[in-house]
Amino acid sequence: METFLTILLDGLQFSSYLFIVSAGLTIIFGVMKILNVCHGSFYAWGAYTAAFFIGKFSDMGLPDALGFLIIIAAAIVVGVVLGLIIEQGILKHMYHRDEVLIVLATFGLFLVLEDIILIAFGTDPYFAYQPMALLESVEMGGVIRDVYGLTLIGVATFVAVGCWLLLNKTKWGVILKAVIFDREMGISMGINVPFVYTLTFIGGAILGGLGGAYIAPTISVAPGLGTEVIVLSFAVVVVGGMGSIAGAAIGSLIIGLLRALAVHELPQVELFVVFAVMAIVLVFRPEGLFAPAKPRKI
Amino acid sequence: MLRDTTSKVVLFGGIAIILLGAIMPNWIVNQLMFGFSRALAILGLLVLWRTGLVSFGHAFYFGLGAYTVAIVDIQLGVTDVFVRLFGGAIIAGIAGFIIGFIMRNYRDIFFAMLNTAISMVLYGIIVKTESLGSTDGFAISLPTIFGIAPETKYPLFIIITMIAMISALLINFYLKTTVGRLTTPIRDNEIRVEYLGFSVAHAIHLKYTISAVLAGGAGALMAMSLGQVDPDSMINWTVSGELVFITILSGPGNVIAPFIGSLVFEVLRTYAFELAPQAWQLIVGATFLTVIFFLPGGIWSLIAKLGRKKS
Amino acid sequence: MTKSIIAGAVGLAAISAITFGAGVAQAKDSITIAVPSFLTGGAAGPFGIPAMNGAKMVADAINKGALPAPYNTKGFGGAVASIIELDEGGGGTKQVAEYRNLVEKRNVDAVVGYISSGNCQALAPVVEELKQFTIFATCGTPRIFEEAPRKYLFRTMGHATADNVAAAMYVKEKFPNLSSYTGINQNYAWGQDSWRDFDLTMKQIMPGATASDKFQFPKVFVGQYGSEISALSLDKAELVHSSFWGGDLESFIFQSSARGLFKNKIGVMTVGGTAAYRLGKKLPNGLIIGARGPYGILVKDRDTPLNKWFIETYKNIYGIYPSGPAYQYGQAILAAKIAYDKAGSDATDEQLADALRGITFESFSTTIEMSLGGGHQAVTENGYGVTKYDDENGENVVTDVKFYPGSCVMPPEGVESVQWINGGMKGAKC
Repeated sequence: METFLTILLDGLQFSSYLFIVSAGLTIIFGVMKILNVCHGSFYAWGAYTAAFFIGKFSDMGLPDALGFLIIIAAAIVVGVVLGLIIEQGILKHMYHRDEVLIVLATFGLFLVLEDIILIAFGTDPYFAYQPMALLESVEMGGVIRDVYGLTLIGVATFVAVGCWLLLNKTKWGVILKAVIFDREMGISMGINVPFVYTLTFIGGAILGGLGGAYIAPTISVAPGLGTEVIVLSFAVVVVGGMGSIAGAAIGSLIIGLLRALAVHELPQVELFVVFAVMAIVLVFRPEGLFAPAKPRKI
Repeated sequence: MLRDTTSKVVLFGGIAIILLGAIMPNWIVNQLMFGFSRALAILGLLVLWRTGLVSFGHAFYFGLGAYTVAIVDIQLGVTDVFVRLFGGAIIAGIAGFIIGFIMRNYRDIFFAMLNTAISMVLYGIIVKTESLGSTDGFAISLPTIFGIAPETKYPLFIIITMIAMISALLINFYLKTTVGRLTTPIRDNEIRVEYLGFSVAHAIHLKYTISAVLAGGAGALMAMSLGQVDPDSMINWTVSGELVFITILSGPGNVIAPFIGSLVFEVLRTYAFELAPQAWQLIVGATFLTVIFFLPGGIWSLIAKLGRKKS
Repeated sequence: MTKSIIAGAVGLAAISAITFGAGVAQAKDSITIAVPSFLTGGAAGPFGIPAMNGAKMVADAINKGALPAPYNTKGFGGAVASIIELDEGGGGTKQVAEYRNLVEKRNVDAVVGYISSGNCQALAPVVEELKQFTIFATCGTPRIFEEAPRKYLFRTMGHATADNVAAAMYVKEKFPNLSSYTGINQNYAWGQDSWRDFDLTMKQIMPGATASDKFQFPKVFVGQYGSEISALSLDKAELVHSSFWGGDLESFIFQSSARGLFKNKIGVMTVGGTAAYRLGKKLPNGLIIGARGPYGILVKDRDTPLNKWFIETYKNIYGIYPSGPAYQYGQAILAAKIAYDKAGSDATDEQLADALRGITFESFSTTIEMSLGGGHQAVTENGYGVTKYDDENGENVVTDVKFYPGSCVMPPEGVESVQWINGGMKGAKC
């Protein structure tokens, strides 16, 4: 029972992490049909910005609780600034071109942004443990857990519910769905598609930044942390179905829970879990578990 | 098949490079070997690209070729350059043929991403398996040629250049056959091609398999010229990205383009790394963006422009 | 029609242009030393940058003749060395290509550096193929000099077997009644070798303690260890062994100390020394840490002129105490000086190798005997200590430091590490 509870919590915690980092990727893909490789850069920039200011504020003697505000602010600032620059400066000029060229452009951007981080923040890692230290720890199922890690589950739920409400209960959701289903049709119905694209890209970037900013207090924020995230979030999105929020949630849960089970019961196979799930899904359902419907055009 | 200008240039250019190789310093011979090896994979991607398909996962086949060399070397002690090369190409070709059954049903970004996904599975398996070298990879012993172990890299250089020439000629010939010509029509309107009585799925399947064979051969040659394989330099998604980048950099115009593009990339990376050891990715990434924006037809379009002015 | 002809001409012209641009002759009042180290990626901050700093500081002092005796002569055999900084990131294959460029295109005189065992493993055959005088400064895997004899390649510090044998001996001394142990190590050669050596040594010297069957091998550079820490917490084992390094080590320490893992368990971190100065109060008290030999925090109190010079100069320039990698790169540069002093600044690679082979020299913190691998692999003492936060000075210190002589924790010449441990560590002089 104790082990079961621990596996469940570990799994949910890791799933939440996966969901937060992959939600932005899948939203951008769903609406804009762009596989945004520089999603990893949003994550890294979010982490760096949060860690930098949490450290600075702490040095100035300000209360550690401000850290949570910084995390949210960092995600929004990174998302808006980077999202705007990249979408308006580069991607906007490419929408008429091949989708694959756009992927390549985001790959180029990823390389550039990685090195700009090095130039801006230096090679020395940043530590921003204050928010995690503030929330202390509790004992659950015979294991001490940090409350900060558990709040991750709440954040992921919040993001998931927020996306669901936005898509299904607002006028915005209707517009988004129209654009997702058929861009040309959306334009002809008078939807300002370029504006929808800009907002979507910024939204996705904010989610990417939030992933990094929220994880920052638990890790040593060091160069190169964006690369691993791309692989993980891509795996989740492939399993769940590219462009589907529900798919990203289910994909995260499957991978997260199976991985936790493996770590506890059979650590030798833990390493294969992500890729085994991916391989099985690819063989039986190459579009992913929850692939959105596609109109067939001639 | 050797009548057209492209073939003649490939033939005489290749021979000239082989002769020049005898007097060039080692590091240039190395760069040429790396460049020509990689160019084979680009040649395969070019065949796909002409059909409008771009694979963001051909590091899968590249890595498969490279790791085949490593495994036949370590497990079976095979050192012969041709056995290794064809071993790598055939294994990659078989994999490409099987995976082709899935891939031929997908287009556009889904095609690109399914390839990425499959390459990531292979990457994951190798990184996590100690007997496959894990993240460290393997060192590969120097290849032998018909049982003779060469003293220098020059014989391997000759072989790589000749393989590159032969592949370029074959692909040039293939692109002129009826099936080979079914590239732009498929990109523009598949249904019309079907009405003409051709199977689009079969045509794409063939092209996909060809590209897999070429990428496998490229990986095998790369592994032998470097003497080392590891998953991050051979199979990771960044490698697939590089391959696509070189394809775009080269341009789809001609089978010679991939060779020029690969050499330019090799030189670019070497000098970026030398000038800015901490920011070489920035230079490479900025070049990516510049090419995508200002040189959509790749380097070949520059050469084509020059050619038009002269003639 | 003429397109292709022009293409061919352009290609050939480009190739011949670079042909003639190559190769600048070196005057021998100066030499170039290439120093590869992690300048990007998670290992840069805790490992690569201190290492590079150590190398630059020592090379600079040698150029000025500012090292303490007996190394106070100016230059490398009189020649001034310029350092080429290189990034070690990107994997073994990329490093092999870069190494070829270094030797064949940039014509460096010596290569001194490398941190990652994976890179060293990949480069060893290439070093011999290109016949280039090369000193590995830090990397750990014992296989490099065990699997083949080397002629041009040296390593001036002990290998990973020493770290883990010494760790097991220290554990036995401190906790003779230990009943069980487990581990968390990165899933590649370094982590696997480290765990294997530690586990095998424990089986030999503490047969009463059993290994858990749920030891963890997460992927390198993952950074998220929530589930692993839970699993380790639930494990009955009393002790956790880890060879984590760089960013992974620091992330793991943050996450595990927030979850009180080391309140109930003994932690043994074979590379923990690099985190000691950086983490300050976040480093839990009571951790057993090593520094891959007598370096960094373990030797902070050694009062030799060389060590005092090293610590003071480093602290003056960089504002922090030198950690292990700074020492390791510093002493590798020092070894290059010794070789050049003996063989002359215009010496060939053979002569440099002959000059360094099998010698014993005094480094900044310890005595280095080049006595394994035919005189190419160093033997040094290896030690461990226990962390403690010193509230008065606001910094971490280590207590209960104990060193084991090299002949005690490394196999004798001609015996492979694993066989040596499994055979009961015959010939060990402790």
